[in-house]
Amino acid sequence: MVAFDEMTGSGAELRPAYEALDKWLKEAPPETLALRRSQAELFFRRIGITFAVYGDEESTERLIPFDIIPRVLTKPEWTKLEAGLRQRVTAINMFLADVYGPKECIKAGIIPADLVYRNACYQLEMVDFQVPHGIYCHIAGIDIVRVDADTFYVLEDNARTPSGVSYMMENREVMLRLFPELFATHRVAPVDNYPDQLLATLRSVAPRSAPSDPNICLLTPGQFNSAFYEHSFLADKLGVELVEGSDLLVKDDVVYMRTTQGPKRVDVIYRRIDDDFIDPLVFRSDSILGVPGLIGAYKAGNVTLANAVGTGVADDKAVYSYMPEIVKFFTGEEPILKNVPTYRCREPEANAYVLDNLEKLVVKEVNGSGGYGMLVGPHANKAQIETFRRKLKASPEGFIAQPTLALSTCPTFVASGVAPRHVDLRPYVLSGANGISCVPGGLTRVALKEGSLVVNSSQGGGTKDTWVLDA
Amino acid sequence: MLSRTADALFWVSRYVERAEYLARILDATMRLSNLPHAYGGAGTEWQSAVATAGCDETFAKAYGEANERNVCDFLTFNPDNPSSIRNCLALARSNARGVRTALTSEMWDALNGAWLELQRFEKKRMDREEFARFLDWVKNVSLVFDGSAYRTMLRDDGYWFSRLGVYIERADNTARILDVKYHVLLPANEQIGGSLDYFQWTTVLREVSALTAYHWVYREAVKPLLIADLLILNRRMPRSLAACYENISRFLDLLGDSYGRQGPAQRQARKTLANLSSTSIDDIFQHGLHEFIEDFITENNRLGGTIIEQYLQ
Repeated sequence: MVAFDEMTGSGAELRPAYEALDKWLKEAPPETLALRRSQAELFFRRIGITFAVYGDEESTERLIPFDIIPRVLTKPEWTKLEAGLRQRVTAINMFLADVYGPKECIKAGIIPADLVYRNACYQLEMVDFQVPHGIYCHIAGIDIVRVDADTFYVLEDNARTPSGVSYMMENREVMLRLFPELFATHRVAPVDNYPDQLLATLRSVAPRSAPSDPNICLLTPGQFNSAFYEHSFLADKLGVELVEGSDLLVKDDVVYMRTTQGPKRVDVIYRRIDDDFIDPLVFRSDSILGVPGLIGAYKAGNVTLANAVGTGVADDKAVYSYMPEIVKFFTGEEPILKNVPTYRCREPEANAYVLDNLEKLVVKEVNGSGGYGMLVGPHANKAQIETFRRKLKASPEGFIAQPTLALSTCPTFVASGVAPRHVDLRPYVLSGANGISCVPGGLTRVALKEGSLVVNSSQGGGTKDTWVLDA
Repeated sequence: MLSRTADALFWVSRYVERAEYLARILDATMRLSNLPHAYGGAGTEWQSAVATAGCDETFAKAYGEANERNVCDFLTFNPDNPSSIRNCLALARSNARGVRTALTSEMWDALNGAWLELQRFEKKRMDREEFARFLDWVKNVSLVFDGSAYRTMLRDDGYWFSRLGVYIERADNTARILDVKYHVLLPANEQIGGSLDYFQWTTVLREVSALTAYHWVYREAVKPLLIADLLILNRRMPRSLAACYENISRFLDLLGDSYGRQGPAQRQARKTLANLSSTSIDDIFQHGLHEFIEDFITENNRLGGTIIEQYLQ
């Protein structure tokens, strides 16, 4: 299986987007690249030191490898992608409003009822509750893979608390510092307005009763959470307070934060705590991360939670396979972005096919994430395949399967020099009362091991800066 | 600002100040214990160091005898002593980490760098020379942190809370040094004003880096009364109780003005400052230095509690 390379296509050509970069790569002596790479690492370490947790054991997780060769998309490519992302996120929000409201899509037979109602992420608390401004998924991260010059697939929707956007911003920052000459020869669309857009989005969805300058805060599980760095980074860029559960209190269905000047009313909470932990009175009672009474305040319409509670039902891997139908049903349009062809193992015929072709397929747990609980058939040994065969027979509804995709590759600076490595892309889509916005690009993740298709940082993946050429 | 943020800033400064204070005690005690017996020692200096650090009880539980090795271990790296230098720096860092963006990067660098460096010291078996270098390093950490705060922090409530932490802690430390030296250290049969006394008092001054200042201010041989005057009432002396309270009162007033509301903390600080201003050192000695200091330490603790109640919860 030969993968499509974003610089050289099938290997022989040089695609226009990469012309200037190719020239630069050929002219730049290898030692320059090596030098810049070590400078980049130093920069990230420095941010780690001054911003996050460097010095702790978990800091190793923080320092995700960064590849200095950018991934380049042309304006027309991005325009099409963006249209597809807007359409998809619009549909996700309409789907959520529907499954917690009139349930038309279930009545119309677009998606099996049990997939929704028996979904662990479906929150009964949200049924028939009007979320502020009708928006559920304010911040979405849509994982995209590419297989040829024209085909982008959605690999996964992240509708709960997608992370990684701080890497998108830092990657650009480090590239601007290290390669000013490349930015002189490329017109790269900026991404540093993301915090402004996020702030505007959060302000726009404040409860109607809130003042015109609503009080927004970012709720983190705290400094021992692996994404704490990103939480504090974003709070800093947004200019909002970074709060922990214990900083908030609820009185008469109104949320306040404890300040040195007494309680101060809170209008919008960008929460990076999962549903299960957000309010011990409603969800897990053993959670000490959440705020007792928060859901009561939310349902009284006195505070906006972003994202809304219960959005997980839209990014479940089993629901994913119905997304093309969902998009069509709610928008009335053909989906611009395709899904990866997916076998729903809950359907006996599909499962039979999957069982017969395990060595060719990628099998995923419906509720897994982060690249865990996954079988990559072509790279698996016999024992691993047999383990999955047993799991599939025992509980087929817990799995989906997809053909092994030849994910596109991008030139990447590795030990042996510049070589192609597989990549994906996570753009971030913001939905507010005033519409949808999406900064050009997103976070490109790259599988640094030769031939590897797993880009997750927990499995040896790195990141790259993503350039959308504005010309 | 968030109460938790203000609370963390307050305690970060307190812990750094305390770490420095412990290093100073050890440094001065080291010097004292090196003197021939006729001049210094008398064997009580290590016990006194523990008392000055305010942890006699925890020490007595953990060790039998107060000797150089036990005391140095207890006050520097012992993880079971909540106020060891190690734990002070660890607590300072973890408080800072939770509110990272409320600190400037310079302040964070100072604390995080100190934490990494500390682990290198902790692994080493240090001889006296290395130990002295370690103590210097601790004092330097505090200087760098304090300097970064002074030079880089916005002058708003965050800065004021961090300064309040410094001065509440410092006032406590200065008072303790005075008290312990006066009542614990001097053996009963020793003459006040004798040579042992002289070196003990010199040690007090060294602990607060005030030996040179003393000579500049009083141009006299070291006398207990004048030392007490310097460390209690003299506002030119940055560690004196009066100077600490001048600052505490000032920063509390800035908070009160900025928040548009005065409270019990402001009133209490003003009262203590007024007492210090209207008292002379002769009065204090007449009524008993020990009683005065004891009252002061209690009041100072109470003010810390009032600040926490008023702002940090």
